[in-house]
Amino acid sequence: MTNHLLSVILFFPVVAALAILVIPASRVKAIRWVSFVASLVPFLISLLVWLQFNPYQEGYQFEEQFIWYSAISSSYHIGIDGISLTMMLLTTLLTPLAILASFTISERVKAYMALFLMLETGMLGVFFALDLLLFFVFWEIGLVPMYFLIAQWGGEKRNYASIKFILYTMAGSLGLLLAIQLIGVTTGTFDLPKLMEIWKDKQLSIFGLSTSAVKAIAFWAFVVAFAIKVPVWPFHTWLPDAHTEAPTAGSMILAGVLLKLGAYGFLRLVLPLYPMESRQFGGALAILATLAIIFGALSAFSQNDFKRLVAYSSINHMGFVILGIAAAAWQAGSVNANLALNGAVLQMFNHGLSSAGMFFLVGVIYERTHTRKLEDYGGIYALVPVYGSILIFTAMSSLGLPGLNGFVSEFLVVRGALPVFVLPTALSMIGLFFTGAYILKALRSVLHGPVNEHLHGHLSEINLREILVIAPLMVLMLWIGLAPAWIVEVINRAVMFAFSAL
Amino acid sequence: MQFPLLSVIIFLPALAGLLILAFPESRKNWARWTALGFSVVDLILAVVLYLLYNTATGNYQFIERVNWLPALGISYYVGVDGIGVPLVLLGALVVMCGTLVSWRIEERPREFFSFLMFLGTSVLGVFCSLDLFMLFFFFELAVFPKYLMIAIWGSPKTREYGAMKLTLYLFIGSMVALVGALAMYFASGKNTFDMLELEKAGFDTTFQRLWFPFVFFGFAVLGGIFPFHSWAPDGHVAAPTAVSMLLAGVEMKVGAFAALRVAIMLLPDGARAWAPLIFGLATVNVVYGAFIAMIQTDFKYVIGFSSVSHMGLVMIGFATLTREGLLGAGLQMFSHGVMTALFFSVVGMVYDRAHTRDIDKLGGLVQKLPLATLGFIVGGLVSMGMPGFSGFIAEFPIFMGAWKAAPLVAVIAILGVVITAAYILLVIRRVFFGQASPSLDLAHITGISVQDKVVVVMLSLIMIALGCFPSLMTPILETGVDHILKLVGGA
Repeated sequence: MTNHLLSVILFFPVVAALAILVIPASRVKAIRWVSFVASLVPFLISLLVWLQFNPYQEGYQFEEQFIWYSAISSSYHIGIDGISLTMMLLTTLLTPLAILASFTISERVKAYMALFLMLETGMLGVFFALDLLLFFVFWEIGLVPMYFLIAQWGGEKRNYASIKFILYTMAGSLGLLLAIQLIGVTTGTFDLPKLMEIWKDKQLSIFGLSTSAVKAIAFWAFVVAFAIKVPVWPFHTWLPDAHTEAPTAGSMILAGVLLKLGAYGFLRLVLPLYPMESRQFGGALAILATLAIIFGALSAFSQNDFKRLVAYSSINHMGFVILGIAAAAWQAGSVNANLALNGAVLQMFNHGLSSAGMFFLVGVIYERTHTRKLEDYGGIYALVPVYGSILIFTAMSSLGLPGLNGFVSEFLVVRGALPVFVLPTALSMIGLFFTGAYILKALRSVLHGPVNEHLHGHLSEINLREILVIAPLMVLMLWIGLAPAWIVEVINRAVMFAFSAL
Repeated sequence: MQFPLLSVIIFLPALAGLLILAFPESRKNWARWTALGFSVVDLILAVVLYLLYNTATGNYQFIERVNWLPALGISYYVGVDGIGVPLVLLGALVVMCGTLVSWRIEERPREFFSFLMFLGTSVLGVFCSLDLFMLFFFFELAVFPKYLMIAIWGSPKTREYGAMKLTLYLFIGSMVALVGALAMYFASGKNTFDMLELEKAGFDTTFQRLWFPFVFFGFAVLGGIFPFHSWAPDGHVAAPTAVSMLLAGVEMKVGAFAALRVAIMLLPDGARAWAPLIFGLATVNVVYGAFIAMIQTDFKYVIGFSSVSHMGLVMIGFATLTREGLLGAGLQMFSHGVMTALFFSVVGMVYDRAHTRDIDKLGGLVQKLPLATLGFIVGGLVSMGMPGFSGFIAEFPIFMGAWKAAPLVAVIAILGVVITAAYILLVIRRVFFGQASPSLDLAHITGISVQDKVVVVMLSLIMIALGCFPSLMTPILETGVDHILKLVGGA
């Protein structure tokens, strides 16, 4: 199929961003609505792509390839399989919602909206790229808008948080950059489908090291870059700061999509390019994932800042993604591995929904109370019952309550990983217990107990625009929780095509 | 006879310079408009040259030759190859931008613009010279206007020191290079300064190894190679804005270009023998230059040291003697030239309004200078090697080349990327965002002029276009690289 739907999805946001720059800065309302409508376009097209996508066909679909940088034989090669399709939908869904959530931004709206749209292009590019260099291009370029979003519209410690975010990620990517260069130099191509065939058998020697040593180093260079983004313990320290200081919509996208880029890197690059090394080091990865699950939950439990608590919960939940990936790395191609991978990809999607929802709800209450301290809330369910109910619903999805989406994916991961890594998975399930603890702790201190005196009369109920932001997320949470077949089928096929051969 | 395109490009600025000197002192606008008119025409011709250069045949094109001193084998001999063409474009571009940002100079504008034009002729001449003697002639032609412009229009505190330091460094460097060049002249036994002849002279290996460092490092001083780089930040900071733009943007490329053309291309065996040392020094350039840039408190010094850091990558690219490395070095020369011209022009715009370059005393300028801020951010992203901008597509092949020739260099030099990101982002934040310092009266800061806007927009767009579409420039550079590889016996 040779249409250019993917390119349209990919570059429409940039074009829209440029168009927004032309609108006079004083017409704030126009800027908001144009941005929102513009961000719906990629969403609608991606729905169309979803419908046209054939999950039973092996390989990549909607492929496009043009020579981009002939001198080093890199091409603009994009395409999607079921995994990228799911991530594309997540991205194009969350972006309009995040923009809708940003209607309360009143400072330099034009720059804000333009950056947001450019961010969307950066993220989508990573999911579409089938060329290693192109992957890196989009991987890095998304950092810039996010940096400015945090640095310009963030909270009190935004300077520190934004610099930490970008330097941490860039420094983490240095190894990736070097490894990509090494791959390009030794194979003479950056094309991913080609590399997946030739790189794993490639013999090379540098600094007098053996092939396996060089590849092990290159493997870890990839892993570190992606582990920082996910983030896997102990590379997570940038995340609480960045999440807490970012504006609400920034946190939504950061947790909802940006973290998935790291996990996607594992799936798209690490496992297929380094099957030997993955098997060798899969155990280490599983241990890190377990630690992320347990420490993430414990850290979240000890927070008294609502937003920071949600931020740490991301580390906890993304740990399950990595656990699933580790299981697949260890026993590539087995039934258990495929189950775990199904769970991991679905968990990526689910965490995108629930974390975006949670950050949004934290933002809603913060805008009204200007505090994020848990002890400053209390008993607000009585004041704002609708908000309270929505918060409970979203938190339950995050907690993994059966009947909602989080349960399905975490069950799949655990089911797949348990036979592979008995002890780490068992420990992770104890982590799951702490997940319940911190979520209930948050709900109790925010919603229940005696009503905080300061809040009487100051707290207004969640408004229609805000309900419109959260409603699609809630629908999907319930839908996937009750009837996950429509999305699991797509993911399952993609996982089987992509990883059974390894 | 064919239209002497190169000669016109080279001498058009000088002609403008003479014309401007003939104007009455009081007619300030005449000087400005003449300089602008001539430099715009020059830029258009440079674009025409860029478009007309035939990448299918490659090699030297638009050759013109007139015997000048036949007894000594000296002729006026110009022509461009794929490496030279982008640099001619760069030179013409920066001269025009320098004219635009200097529009409001009120102190002796006649002399200022005249000298600026002579400087233009000098750099363009070097990029086109095919005769070694001519190359030195154009190279030295720059000394006089450079010195005077820094000493007269430079920043009052350091201009004498900066001008003198720069002149002495470059003078000594070029003398050393001249000794090496004369050695080649005599050793070739051909009684000619014709570089195309000298390319085929077949100097023996011992000779090449002996004389290579003279020529290479002599020129590389102007390219800012460690440890001979310290003229660069001092000179750049002392110079008036347009001269900083030309110095860092084009003159440093003149040094690098001459080192490539005369040392590496004429003495390839020497280059191979000395490459490890060049790698070592250039890696120091990249990493140390970035660290030093990070600790500067003077806005302009940050950019001054960033040039030292970035020129190190050009030298690394040269030293790899590989297709990727040389291609990247060619791109980096152009990209860094445009980027640093943009940087210095914005620094100038800030200084003209805030009257300070102390980073601690600036802040919040985005409110008054949004476009300048945007320009600086674009420059910063190029500097950080952010994909989508010209810096990335230049640095990436350099590192690929380094992997082939000296993997350790790639591993160490890559640190420069993240250090650069750190200092650039900090500088952007402290100068343009946040709270304005109490000593800075934001209310009295005026917006930038139309001329400034043209410069910022044009330079930014060039870097973005090149970053998104590298093939705008790579085919031309590849022909140049092919020729070099033939000489050095590479792939």
